[in-house]
Amino acid sequence: MIGLTHYLTLAAILFTIGVFGIFVNRKNIIVILMSIELILLAVNINLVSFSVFLHDVVGQIYAMFVLTVAAAEAAVGLAILVTFFRNRGDIAVDDASVMKG
Amino acid sequence: MALQAIAFYLMATVTVAAALAVVLARNPVHSVLFLIAAFFSAAGLFVLLGAEFLAMLLVVVYVGAVAVLFLFVVMMLDVDFAALRQGFAQYLPIGGVVAGILTIEMVMVATIIATKGAASRVTGPQASLPDVSNAETIGRVLYTDYVYFFQAAGLVLLVAMIGAIVLTLRHKPGVKRQNIARQTARGPKSGMTIVDIQPGAGEGE
Repeated sequence: MIGLTHYLTLAAILFTIGVFGIFVNRKNIIVILMSIELILLAVNINLVSFSVFLHDVVGQIYAMFVLTVAAAEAAVGLAILVTFFRNRGDIAVDDASVMKG
Repeated sequence: MALQAIAFYLMATVTVAAALAVVLARNPVHSVLFLIAAFFSAAGLFVLLGAEFLAMLLVVVYVGAVAVLFLFVVMMLDVDFAALRQGFAQYLPIGGVVAGILTIEMVMVATIIATKGAASRVTGPQASLPDVSNAETIGRVLYTDYVYFFQAAGLVLLVAMIGAIVLTLRHKPGVKRQNIARQTARGPKSGMTIVDIQPGAGEGE
């Protein structure tokens, strides 16, 4: 019988893969953005499985909002990336210290 | 029930394998394609849970919009991706250790929450209200209790759209454009001049 534990475990593994991806691809910002999408997918799986196993539909509503924010984040992130590439001719993020923040 | 278990393990395996491939692939185009595979199998898991509406939303939004956007950007930018993989092997061990610890911790918490938390007292999965489809269940809650949040989500998307356009729009100098205001403001006075020519002037050689 597939229960809540299975789905939560899957979401945990997916979340860690996302974190791992940010760790190992520190220079490649495109893969970092994709890792963030993976993390948000794991969060969505958590929300939906809790929603289903607690008989509360609000979790699915929340997952929709997370989806919205993820789409907006991807659009703005990629737009910033394109602008950065136009200005620098490269996307190595460890060179992105122009502002000396 | 056995069929459900087979479907779950199949799709979970595909999701995890595709996610690993996203992170480890050498070519970012392959990463995007594996991302699409991961989203597809996650949508299958949502169907398995009974949340069909969200599954379709995942396919439409992630596969149809976000992944294609990633694909566009990866193919548009002419970047030496081999140079960006520098330090990959250096961070692999520490990343693996951190990821392993994080997985173990999260799985332990998940197991305890699933077996001893509030969900353990609820019997069986239920994605929608009885006798109502999943989309209708979501609609009933979303358009009543959460209507302001829904509007705010629309606003977030609008702001993101404007932001993305503002960031990437480029005004090239020297490009001829139609100026409609000037065009419509043009009248006989400014658009036409009457020249009085003397008879015979400019005739012949």
